[in-house]
Amino acid sequence: MPMKFAVIRFPGSNCDQDCVHSLNAIPGVSADYVWHKDSSVNGFDAVVLPGGFSYGDYLRCGAIARFSPVMEAVKNFASEGGIVIGICNGFQILCESGLLPGALVRNRGLHFICEHTRVRVERPNSRLTCAAATGQILNIPIAHGEGCFFADDATLAELRLNQQILLRYCDAQGRVTPESNPNGSRENIAGIRNAAGNVFGLMPHPERACDPVLGSTDGLALFESLLAK
Amino acid sequence: MKALVTIMPKPSVLDPQGAAVAEAMKHLGLESIGRVRIGKVVEIEFPNGVDEARLHEVARDLLSNLVIEDYTIAIIAGA
Repeated sequence: MPMKFAVIRFPGSNCDQDCVHSLNAIPGVSADYVWHKDSSVNGFDAVVLPGGFSYGDYLRCGAIARFSPVMEAVKNFASEGGIVIGICNGFQILCESGLLPGALVRNRGLHFICEHTRVRVERPNSRLTCAAATGQILNIPIAHGEGCFFADDATLAELRLNQQILLRYCDAQGRVTPESNPNGSRENIAGIRNAAGNVFGLMPHPERACDPVLGSTDGLALFESLLAK
Repeated sequence: MKALVTIMPKPSVLDPQGAAVAEAMKHLGLESIGRVRIGKVVEIEFPNGVDEARLHEVARDLLSNLVIEDYTIAIIAGA
């Protein structure tokens, strides 16, 4: 039985097709679209909230999408231990909906950034990173204007304590430096998980790094981690 | 009747937009300024009176994100 991924389509999602395409190319995976007005994700093994500009990023990124009908089903799915992964705008939606701590605010340099970045795998013992090694450097592109991860000091301390920080922006040698932080994220954070370990959010786009023709296949390590039992 | 909901970034949150605008203001000669922060104002009309408790819920859950922002509500009678 293939692992079945639901890729949620919100009005303004624009990485939904990339996600379905990249996931379906992985052996043992089947991915399909779910419209945001659907009220169920029954029959799926994992849910992906893809990147894009849901509701035109009005008010705040993800602020309106979190009230889409399907989000009630996604919350129930997550509370029962189902795997939920938010990429870029999906990460923003998960933070807005309270499924992940923190928030994503305007990039420090104000510019929209679309470029390949390096992220270091901080924790291999998660469902999103178990197919990678600690310290492994992944080349995965980012494309966002509001990707600066913010959390207050207490929340950051909790994230560290519970080993919830999974990916940090780094340089070619794997050093986490201010210069390798593209957007001003606190502690160079690029990806986190919830305390229970089944909800993930990351700003880099692994679905854009799954085919050699796109310059990197490092995104596969993350998707394949989800398949590992 | 109208309500004005003012949403401001928390002091601890980086506001690069405010910092950029502060620089521009200094270039225009307004040099004696401190920190500039940029928020937003939502104006809501209530033709039949305002349910303030409900408005607070909406301001908290939708109009602002309390992780990064604070909000205040001003009711303008007769507006």
